[in-house]
Amino acid sequence: MLEIEINGKQMEVADGVTIMDAANQAGIYIPHFCYHPKLSIAANCRMCLVQVEKAPKPLPACATPVMNGMKVQTHSPQAVDAQKGVMEFLLINHPLDCPICDQGGECQLQDLAVGYGASGSRYEEPKRVVTNKNLGPLISTDMTRCIHCTRCVRFGQEIAGIMELGMIGRGEHAEIITFVGKTVDSELSGNVIDLCPVGALTSKPFRYTARPWELTRRPSISPHCGLGSNLTVHVKQNRVMRVLPRANDAINECWLSDKDRFSYEGLNSEERLARPMLKRAGTWEEVEWEVALRFVAEELRRISAQHGAGAVGALATPYQTLEELYLLQKLIRGLGTGNVDFRLRQSDFGADGRLSGAPWLGMKIADMGKLDRVLVIGSNLRHDHPLLAHRLRQATKRGLQLSLINPFDDDLLMRVAHKGTVVPSAMPGMVAAVLKAAAEAKDAAPPATPGADAPDAARAIAESLVSGKSIGVFLGNLAQHHPDASRLHALGIALAELTGARFGFLGEAANSVGGYVAGCVPFGSPSGLNARAMLQKPLKAYLLLGVEAELDTYDAGETMAAMKSAELVVAMSPYQHRAVEYAHVLLPIGPFTETAGTFISTEGAVQSFNGVVHPLGETRPAWKVMRVLGNLLGLPGFKYNTADDVRREVLGTESNVGSRLGNDLSARGSGAENARKAGLERLGEVPIYAADAIVRRARSLQQTRDAARPVARMSRALYERLALREGDSLRVRQGAGEAVVSVAVDNGMPADCIRLAAALPETAALGAMFGEVTAERVAQQER
Amino acid sequence: MGLPTPPFSPGLFGPEAIIMGGLTGLNWRLKDYEARGGYAALRKILSEKTPPDQLIGEIKKSALRGRGGAGFPTGLKWSFMPRQFPGAKYIVCNSDEGEPGTFKDRDLLRYNPHIVIEGLIIAGYAMSTHVAYNYIHGEIWDVYERFEEALEEARAAGYVGKNILASGFDFELHNHHGYGAYICGEETGLLESLEGKKGMPRFKPPFPASYGLYGKPTTINNTETFAAVPWIVVNGAEAFLGLGKPNNGGTKIFSVSGDVERPGNFEVRLGTPFAKLLEMAGGMRGGRKLKACIPGGSSMPVLPAEIIMKTDMDYDSIAKAGSMLGSGAVIIMDETRCMVRSLLRLSYFYFEESCGQCTPCREGTGWLYRMVDRIERGRGKPEDLDLLNNVSDNIAGRTICALGDAAALPVKSFIKHFREEFVHHIEHKKCLVPDYL
Repeated sequence: MLEIEINGKQMEVADGVTIMDAANQAGIYIPHFCYHPKLSIAANCRMCLVQVEKAPKPLPACATPVMNGMKVQTHSPQAVDAQKGVMEFLLINHPLDCPICDQGGECQLQDLAVGYGASGSRYEEPKRVVTNKNLGPLISTDMTRCIHCTRCVRFGQEIAGIMELGMIGRGEHAEIITFVGKTVDSELSGNVIDLCPVGALTSKPFRYTARPWELTRRPSISPHCGLGSNLTVHVKQNRVMRVLPRANDAINECWLSDKDRFSYEGLNSEERLARPMLKRAGTWEEVEWEVALRFVAEELRRISAQHGAGAVGALATPYQTLEELYLLQKLIRGLGTGNVDFRLRQSDFGADGRLSGAPWLGMKIADMGKLDRVLVIGSNLRHDHPLLAHRLRQATKRGLQLSLINPFDDDLLMRVAHKGTVVPSAMPGMVAAVLKAAAEAKDAAPPATPGADAPDAARAIAESLVSGKSIGVFLGNLAQHHPDASRLHALGIALAELTGARFGFLGEAANSVGGYVAGCVPFGSPSGLNARAMLQKPLKAYLLLGVEAELDTYDAGETMAAMKSAELVVAMSPYQHRAVEYAHVLLPIGPFTETAGTFISTEGAVQSFNGVVHPLGETRPAWKVMRVLGNLLGLPGFKYNTADDVRREVLGTESNVGSRLGNDLSARGSGAENARKAGLERLGEVPIYAADAIVRRARSLQQTRDAARPVARMSRALYERLALREGDSLRVRQGAGEAVVSVAVDNGMPADCIRLAAALPETAALGAMFGEVTAERVAQQER
Repeated sequence: MGLPTPPFSPGLFGPEAIIMGGLTGLNWRLKDYEARGGYAALRKILSEKTPPDQLIGEIKKSALRGRGGAGFPTGLKWSFMPRQFPGAKYIVCNSDEGEPGTFKDRDLLRYNPHIVIEGLIIAGYAMSTHVAYNYIHGEIWDVYERFEEALEEARAAGYVGKNILASGFDFELHNHHGYGAYICGEETGLLESLEGKKGMPRFKPPFPASYGLYGKPTTINNTETFAAVPWIVVNGAEAFLGLGKPNNGGTKIFSVSGDVERPGNFEVRLGTPFAKLLEMAGGMRGGRKLKACIPGGSSMPVLPAEIIMKTDMDYDSIAKAGSMLGSGAVIIMDETRCMVRSLLRLSYFYFEESCGQCTPCREGTGWLYRMVDRIERGRGKPEDLDLLNNVSDNIAGRTICALGDAAALPVKSFIKHFREEFVHHIEHKKCLVPDYL
């Protein structure tokens, strides 16, 4: 510990801290621009100059380490003189266009200029003008305002893992640019808007729509991935104007992924459904809620009576709230069936009935960064979990050895120690090989699971894992959607047990854990059919909660066939989507911003939130819709006053769900290995900006590079085998469906695999996300 | 490669020249250097197995001070190097001679490259360091090639490489040339550039001795500093100190430029009176009157004739006179020089060469330049002089590196010593120096 004195106040601080850190501890504010606690120290703005006794000149607080006995004055005449001098320099070339600047009202330069700027300018020379840059659809630039703090540059280098912005030029000609002709495409890019202390980088979607002081700030939770990032939603006149991060070091720190930040545009989409609609004699009519709900209740009664309750099923997305998922299953079970599921993209339910609890991360998010060995199986980390990828990226810098088993080799912008890149159907075999190699490396008895001799990649991964002290094995979205998901699950557990690793799932959506806790699964009482079974053999009636049938399920073709053959499809959704083709009733329900609710994150954190705006038009929170429906059906126990009542019924009074989490499987047999398919395999991943209904309608995100049209990606070998040439398209056939898409060579792909995204309208005619496909060249002129 | 033969006058070196003595402009090769007694120092320490501590002690005692500009005691700097550090560590020779008025390292590398190589090897031995880089100014490509050739000679002769002269000591030297940024002569800007990044100085601490090239312990010295080392090893610290004055050991190469009859490099004892140096340079051109002198390169304060004529040329005396010895670039200005225009040229230089990293320098150098430009063009205002001083004060001492000071100090000294010329420009919208001069 060091003893120092700041502004006459004695204090003790730890070795190695800077004057800025010490001042923060003491609650003393030192003005600054380039300093940011999550970024490296640049010491270039010079705003934090302070007086240090015996130092001949003022020193930057952000970069000066504290020495024992140091006496610091942060507001002495010498310090303030230096700070004012710097402020004058910052302002001489700043346009001072605050009245037309989006940053006005929340600008660090504006705020500090009040304290340290002069009321008039001594600068009479011409001011500098800097041309604006095109950074893409998300970030707007006014580069003349830039004060060269390089926070955005350091963010790219240090956090996003890719230097998309840099400073070129010397002296006054120094400016922030992208690489020539490039935009900023990182999935975390929006954070530079928050980091920019002036109005040089502002939000393009939000631009010129509101002033900060007109906005009401309301806390919320992001539904877009399993992390449960904390949000502050900015509202004006009952409209969500923008979304900013709410700092929470245990979850999202001070960051947000672009998906979390810009998806709000989808909330204000023109496709929002504002009134209940009913199809009568083949035409859609807007009706009163009462009419719509009575129709639903009568039809449900009729179908249950005619075909038995088992002819009714309910599907929900994992983006719904805990309360909604709970009431949906309560409603269905009230009708006398267990046909309810929220795991729409899952295809292998072999773990059902053997699970020890709700599959979860197996540890705290913040602890992931402390691991020294990690194996991630089946995950497009940067796209599926941008902020977990960031945590792992930081950990790799501290020595984490990250290994991957994936059917592709995308650049994670971090150091990956070992990779096993194989076609999807070979992934379980690869994990088994790692398990075997790990057993050998540990000198343990070889596992009962059969496995071929470990290929080099598996051996390298195994050796990396067993050499660790703090190890994690995780299954990503792809592994959870995989046709052999339960086998991967069992192998993952075995590998974790053998190596002493923590085992967990990277939760796909806000309530991937909550759905289990809510019992929105078919293995409760009464039990019923899982999501896949309900669609493979069509039922007579479907209740859809937030589901877009062709985009949210494992097999789009199968799902659409089931929907079209049903006697009743009740689509509860904030949007008027393709359900008009197959549904009989459309019920407008509020998205997460228009209802109170709870998300249980992948780490098991229970986060409840309130609606931030009133529901649009006649929209109602889904929990209220189901309450009324329950009452109309005469079911017991649907007398809730608030969403809180529902939550208490699910969780009790405490908000700790630890006892309900569990990744273990009771019967450990991992099942027979599926025969390696001979033909071409499809890898149908879910693109980052197509994963849920809200983000699909976020206009700016849909203009980004990551939201481009679907492209069939394949290895060079396959490209040549299919005799493809520049400009050709590819006709992909899967089951009864087909799609014609453009083609690209992806050298990271294993042979015999076509990577063609699911969850897109263009590929909705195809079948399952995984499985056999055939492909043929469509020459350029034929199109 | 045909090397253009630059004008060379061997007589320009003083009688005590220990670094550039005996040069003809053609005798730069290894055999010539060895004939002059070259590499004897290296042979001596390698055969005697001189303990590194003793070597550093000698350098300390010799009062050799950094010849690049700051004049930091070299022995002390070498002692900061953590010799026991187990990983990689580096020595860097700063030949990025960019200070306006300075052209000594260029001639050193061109006419006596082996003395620099020998100095570097000895430094490597003293600091138990096995890799060195020589960062050469980007604009002097021919010199880079010359030095490269000399390095190959040394390597072929077994002075550089593995197991030098069968002593068991390894030493590798690499040449690197810059691309013409003044700021890359600042030691940490140089390190960034050497690492392949944009040349922008680092904040210190940490200093290069603990966090230098690629984050490893690094010692950076000027070319001339290394060149002085072999002589000290052969002749001893006392002899070196005896050449100069206490605390100002040895000789110094002064690059005399401007309004003199014979501009060029002059190696003289530290403490030589300015008047004598001026005489060696052939006196004032055309017999004109001396008006002012910048004694240490363009970053240092200017001194008027009456002060500089009474000053001896060593670190402490020039500091006492109100300027700094700097890199030893003596810029002579006669009575025909307009001090406003002279300052304008300097201010433009620093405005152009600011790296743009930190605020006071990036914004302030442009402000200074534009104000001086206005005054020169007859659009100055009386309050401009105080503003110039104040803006200079706001830059000096508040930047990451010394370029801010370098831009501010000339402004302050020009106004301090030649205020009447500035006032004349402002009041009469024309120069005080008469047209007929």
